[in-house]
Amino acid sequence: MMPFDQVSGVAAPMMSPNIDTDVIMPKMFLKGVDRSGLGEGAFNLLRFSAGKPNPEFILNQDGYRNACFLVVGPNFGCGSSREHAVWGLQQLGIRALIGTSFAGIFNDNCGNNGLLTISLEPDLVAEIANAVAHRERNDVFVDLAAQTIRFDRGRRPIKFDIEPTRKEAFLTGRDFVASTLVLADDIRAFEARHAAENPWIF
Amino acid sequence: MAARTLYDKLVDSHVVRNLDDAGLVLLYVDRTVLNEYTSPQAFAGLRAAGRKVWNPKAALMVVDHVNPTAAQRTRAMPDSGAARQVDYFAENARDFGIEYFDILDPRQGIEHVVAPEQGLVMPGMVIAAGDSHSTAYGAFGALGYGIGTSDIEHYLATSTVRYRRLKTMRIHLTGDVPFGVTPKDIVMEIIRRIGADGATGYAVEFTGPVVSNMSVEGRIVMSIMIVEAGARGVVVAPDQKVLDYLKGRPRAPKGEMWERAAKKWLTLASDPDARFDREVALDVADVAPLVTWGTSPDQAIAVTDIIPDPAQQVAPERKAAALRALSYMGLRAGDPIQSVPIDFAFIGSCTNSRIEDLRDAAEVFRGRRVAAGVRAIVVPGSTHVRAQAEAEGLAKVFTDAGVEWRQSGCSMCLAMNDDVLKPGERCASSTNRNFEGRQGPGARTHLMSPAMVAAAAVTGHIADVRSLLGVAGQ
Ligand code: SF4
Repeated sequence: MMPFDQVSGVAAPMMSPNIDTDVIMPKMFLKGVDRSGLGEGAFNLLRFSAGKPNPEFILNQDGYRNACFLVVGPNFGCGSSREHAVWGLQQLGIRALIGTSFAGIFNDNCGNNGLLTISLEPDLVAEIANAVAHRERNDVFVDLAAQTIRFDRGRRPIKFDIEPTRKEAFLTGRDFVASTLVLADDIRAFEARHAAENPWIF
Repeated sequence: MAARTLYDKLVDSHVVRNLDDAGLVLLYVDRTVLNEYTSPQAFAGLRAAGRKVWNPKAALMVVDHVNPTAAQRTRAMPDSGAARQVDYFAENARDFGIEYFDILDPRQGIEHVVAPEQGLVMPGMVIAAGDSHSTAYGAFGALGYGIGTSDIEHYLATSTVRYRRLKTMRIHLTGDVPFGVTPKDIVMEIIRRIGADGATGYAVEFTGPVVSNMSVEGRIVMSIMIVEAGARGVVVAPDQKVLDYLKGRPRAPKGEMWERAAKKWLTLASDPDARFDREVALDVADVAPLVTWGTSPDQAIAVTDIIPDPAQQVAPERKAAALRALSYMGLRAGDPIQSVPIDFAFIGSCTNSRIEDLRDAAEVFRGRRVAAGVRAIVVPGSTHVRAQAEAEGLAKVFTDAGVEWRQSGCSMCLAMNDDVLKPGERCASSTNRNFEGRQGPGARTHLMSPAMVAAAAVTGHIADVRSLLGVAGQ
C-alpha cells in the first residue's frame, strides 16, 4: 500500500451524513477485473450530469478541484463492501478523510490501501469544515508521525488519535499478506488444534 | 473466567495470535464465499506475488452479482465487462482449485442463500466474505462479517484476517409479533430507531423470545439487514431450529460426527451475566409494516404514516440530507406514504428471496393481478429456491398474477446486470438498500417486506398489506 507521512493540500467539505459506497463508486464502474479507471467513477453521478461537470458538486468548484482531503459527515462509506470506492478516491487524488465516524468495512479498506481516515469529535470536524468551506482557508496539513492536523491557514494545529499498529502500517506502507505469511507456523499450529476440536469443519 | 458474550467466545476460539495489545488479532477464518465482482483484484494480487490459496477447500465461488435473470438461462452475460469477470472467475476457480458453481449449476444462487443451503455454514465458525451482508451467517451461531478485496486476498493467502475486536450490542426482542409484521419490518424498525450508524463499530447479538420463536430464515433476514445500521458482525445463539435446518444438508457432518458437532453447537451462547457495551430492547407488539421514504435505510415510516417534514430535523446536515432525499425521491412532506404510486415491484435479494419470502408474497398475489402500468418481477435467491417454489405451485401463482418469474441472482438489488430501473422510476423493493442510484441512476427505491411489495404490485401504489391478507383475491 501507499505510505503516508506528511501531506498538505486542499480540503473539501462534504458533510452529508451516511454517504454510501454506491454514491462514492456507482455500479457502472464495478465491471473490471483490475483497479483501473476508477478515478472517473468516483462520485460519478454527483460530479457529472449529462456528461458535463456538475457545477454544484464541490470538487468541480474553483479552489477545490485538486482537493486531497475530504472533510466528511458521520458514517462515511456505509453500505456495500466494494473496495473500488477506496481505489477511486485515491485515483481522484484523495489522501485522507477527516470525519467523525467511518463505516467498518470501508475503514478497513482504507487502512489496507493507505487512505488515512482521521476520526475527531463532531464539533472539531464542524470547525474544520467551516474553515475549509472558505476558498482562501481550505489548506490543510496532516502530519501522521506527529499526529497533527493544521488548518485555518496553519493557525490551528490539533492532535488526533490513531492506534499505534495502524499508524506504523500507514507510515511504512506495509504489505500485510507478506507480514502475515511470516507467521505461517503459528497459523499451521492453530489450524491443527482447531481441526482436532472441530473436525467437522475440515 | 469472566463472563463472555457469544461474540467474544467466537473470536477467542479463532485467535491465532495477538498483533498488538489494543485488540488487534490475527483471526482464523473457517470459510469464505466469493463472487465475481469483489474477488478479481484479490486473485490478481495472488498471481502477481506468486502466492497460493492457503486452503482452497474452505472457499466456494458462486456467480450471482452480474448475471442476467431471464427465464431462459444461458452462459451469456449482459455485457463484455460482466463476461470478462465471469471468465476470470472461472479461470481463478480452476487455477487455484476452488469449488465453483457456474451460472448453469443447479446449486447456483446468491452467495448468502447458497452457502447455508449447502450446509457450509455451521455454528461456531468464523466466516468472512467479500460482501457486506456476510453477517447472514450470524443466524447460524457463526460469526459472519463482510470484508473488502484486500482482505479477501489476505484471507485467500493465509486463511486469516487482521481483525480488531468490536464493541458488543445486544438487541433483545420481546412481545407478540403483530398480524402482517415480518422479520423485515422488525429489523427496519430497529434501524430507524438506532439510525444508519447506530451499530457502527459493533457486533450485534439478537436475543429474546421473538428471536427464539422466529424461523432460521427470519433470523437470516434480520442478520443481513442490520448491516444497514452499520453492524460489522452478527451472532444469534444456535438452537434446535438451526440444527433442524442444517441436518442432512450436503456439507453438514453426518452420523457420529453430526452427534458430536450438534452437542457442542448447543452449548454456544453468551454467558448469562455477560456484559454488552450497548443494550437495545424492543417490544415488537407495536411494530407496523414499514416503508422507507428516503435514500437511507433509516428513513422509514409505518405504512399508515405521513411522509415526515425535514424541518423537524435539528442538525443542519440531517435537515439538508432529508430535503435532498425528498427531492431525489420526488415526494412531498405531509403526504400519506400509502398514496404513492409505483412503476415497478421487485421481490428478491439475499435479504428476502428465500422460500418463506416467496410464500408470503404468493399469499398476496394469489387470485389477484398486478395493477395496470406496474411491472413486477420475482427473482428467487437460488436455483434451488426456484425449483422448490415451482414444486410448491408458487411460481404459477406469480405468473397467473402477471408477475415475471425469473432465474436467480442479485438482480435489481444492485442492478449490476440488465435489471436496471430508468431514471425517475419508482420501485417497491424487498431489498436492503435505498441509496441514490442503487437500482439505477435516478431510480427511486422504497424498501419493504416481500408481502408489502406484493401489496404494492397489485394495488399500483404503496399499500398496507394487512388490508389484503386474509381477504381472498377476486
Ligand atoms: S442480493 Fe444484494 S445485498 Fe445481497 S449479496 Fe447480492 S447485491 Fe449484495
